[in-house]
Amino acid sequence: MNNNSVVISLQQIKKIYDMGGVEEVQALRGVSLEIQKNEYVAIMGPSGSGKSTLMNIIGCLDTPTSGLYEFNTVNVSEMNDNQLARVRNKEIGFVFQTFNLLARSDALHNVELPLIYAGVPSVDRKRMAREALEHVGLGDRIHHKPNELSGGQRQRVAVARALVNRPSILLADEPTGNLDSKTGDEIMILFEELHRQGNTIILVTHEEYIAEHAYRIIRIRDGMVESDTPVERRAKVLAAVS
Amino acid sequence: MPRSFESILYEIRESLVMALVALRTNKLRSILTLLSMSVGVFSIIAVMTAMGVMVNSIENGLSQLGANTFQVQKNQEFESDNPRDRAKLRNRKNIQHSEGILVKERASLAKIVGLEAWEGGKIITTTDGKKTNPGVSLVGEDVEGFATNDWLIGDGRLFTQDELNSGRHVAIIGTVVVQKLFAKTDPLGQTIRIDGQEYEIVGVLAEKGGMLGGNQDNFVAIPLTTFFTIYGHDRDIHIMVQSTSRETYEDCIEQVRGILRAVRHVAPGADDDFHIFSNDTLIQSFNDFSKYVRLGLLFISAVALIAAGVGIMNIMLVSVTERTREIGIRKAIGAKKKNILTQFILEAVVVSQLGGVIGILFGVIAGNIIAFMLSVPPVIPVDWTIIGFVTCSLIGIIFGVYPAWKASNLDPIEALRYE
Repeated sequence: MNNNSVVISLQQIKKIYDMGGVEEVQALRGVSLEIQKNEYVAIMGPSGSGKSTLMNIIGCLDTPTSGLYEFNTVNVSEMNDNQLARVRNKEIGFVFQTFNLLARSDALHNVELPLIYAGVPSVDRKRMAREALEHVGLGDRIHHKPNELSGGQRQRVAVARALVNRPSILLADEPTGNLDSKTGDEIMILFEELHRQGNTIILVTHEEYIAEHAYRIIRIRDGMVESDTPVERRAKVLAAVS
Repeated sequence: MPRSFESILYEIRESLVMALVALRTNKLRSILTLLSMSVGVFSIIAVMTAMGVMVNSIENGLSQLGANTFQVQKNQEFESDNPRDRAKLRNRKNIQHSEGILVKERASLAKIVGLEAWEGGKIITTTDGKKTNPGVSLVGEDVEGFATNDWLIGDGRLFTQDELNSGRHVAIIGTVVVQKLFAKTDPLGQTIRIDGQEYEIVGVLAEKGGMLGGNQDNFVAIPLTTFFTIYGHDRDIHIMVQSTSRETYEDCIEQVRGILRAVRHVAPGADDDFHIFSNDTLIQSFNDFSKYVRLGLLFISAVALIAAGVGIMNIMLVSVTERTREIGIRKAIGAKKKNILTQFILEAVVVSQLGGVIGILFGVIAGNIIAFMLSVPPVIPVDWTIIGFVTCSLIGIIFGVYPAWKASNLDPIEALRYE
């Protein structure tokens, strides 16, 4: 892949939390970075580093106090709630540490959900959701509810849900945090496949081993970018894919 | 960008499906909530159905009146609650037998005119000493009165015009009296005694059934002339008139009204000093009579429904708190405020409506138990069913808005972090 179009561009992003008038917390103190299409980036940092705040802003769940955030060259830093919801729906696929599936709905309905909010007609929706589930290897589990699935399978459902709207980025927050290392590796293999198919992946983690699956690691400390380097020695799990 | 009507419909349908899924997954809670709604609606619908049955039973001719028939009597069948009216009614002159005869002679639009006079609270005894309770009515009737009352002879015969003219002591008895006194023997030809007078039973009436909780079969009919001889000639009578056809009914009422005003010397412009009632006026006065019952019930039901509404709000608030994380997930994957708002309002509305429908269903059934007891056709009060349903929907919306608004305004980051 040699497509160099910029998907995410952050310039001097600051986020200040007002803690009841007197105190204020500077979660981000001016973060600038760019992520190209089809990159596979890991964002790392200890707790309290501002990593989660950065992820929320990149994921359009939150807006910065100051600075410019362009998503596919569109300024999203001053969007209202509804506009942000639309960006989240169409452009961003979330994968969470705790899977965040609707517990009482089956896999198919969970994957359908973003399509419902996107206004896709029922017939197309069912077909697309089924295809997405087949894509992550769960074609035979579409009517299982989350509690009838293993942790790895649940995370696959979440990945299918994240990808079903064909978003510009896949934003994964500690996707292996609640999995044992073997299933964790399986998810990382899935991510590698998705990356090879042309998806842009942003992986938020505090584990070095997981971060090393990416091609580039951005380290955050005290609300600033500490380092931004390509990965020299990628994790072994890749052997399974290639 | 203008949104097409179709896409809005589509969105509502999707929200509805999601709301139904959410309700199904919280079965117990949903059932308890809709139960409170059901109770409120049940009471309204049950009573309104019962009222409908009553009116229906009057319309179905279970009243004293036959088809195309109206009745003239001194006073109204249900007393007015206005004391001035009462005083006025007390001073009215009796309707005399002679006035009835004049109506018979002059009312050209009348097919049949029947005359009768009533005495209540009689004890009937047989020659072998059996007695009824002192609740049997005695009616002096002319031959035509049987037709206008729609009384049919079940067994035996009607008394003849000759027997009427000569004031013979013959009697026709209702089925309740038969059951009481002649359960095992044939009543025809037997002798009964009322107020010291003896009568020979010549006929038994066919059963008519009760109306408004009363009983129309608990009486004895004797010739009107005989009745006057024993109980006095100046007795107040009822005049029953059957018009020649449905078309002449209204004109016939006016004709009889005119005749009576003339013979009773009612000044032009003054109110009638008698009361004409048809099935229509009977229903009218029943409705007036039951107005306060209905108003009181409406008030109680309104209170019950508001209580149910508060219950729904409470449950929806709990539901919003419990489902904070779900709301966070929905928002993270692209639900707008509007989507969450619609979903939660629809949930509240669907619960209210389901509760309402159950209440309506059981209300109609309960109200029609009366119809079953009176053996008249069942009634479905369409207007009240619609009112009940709309009210439920409104309550769902009104009490669902705040919880839904709360849900739609949750911060997705906080909501996702909620344990």
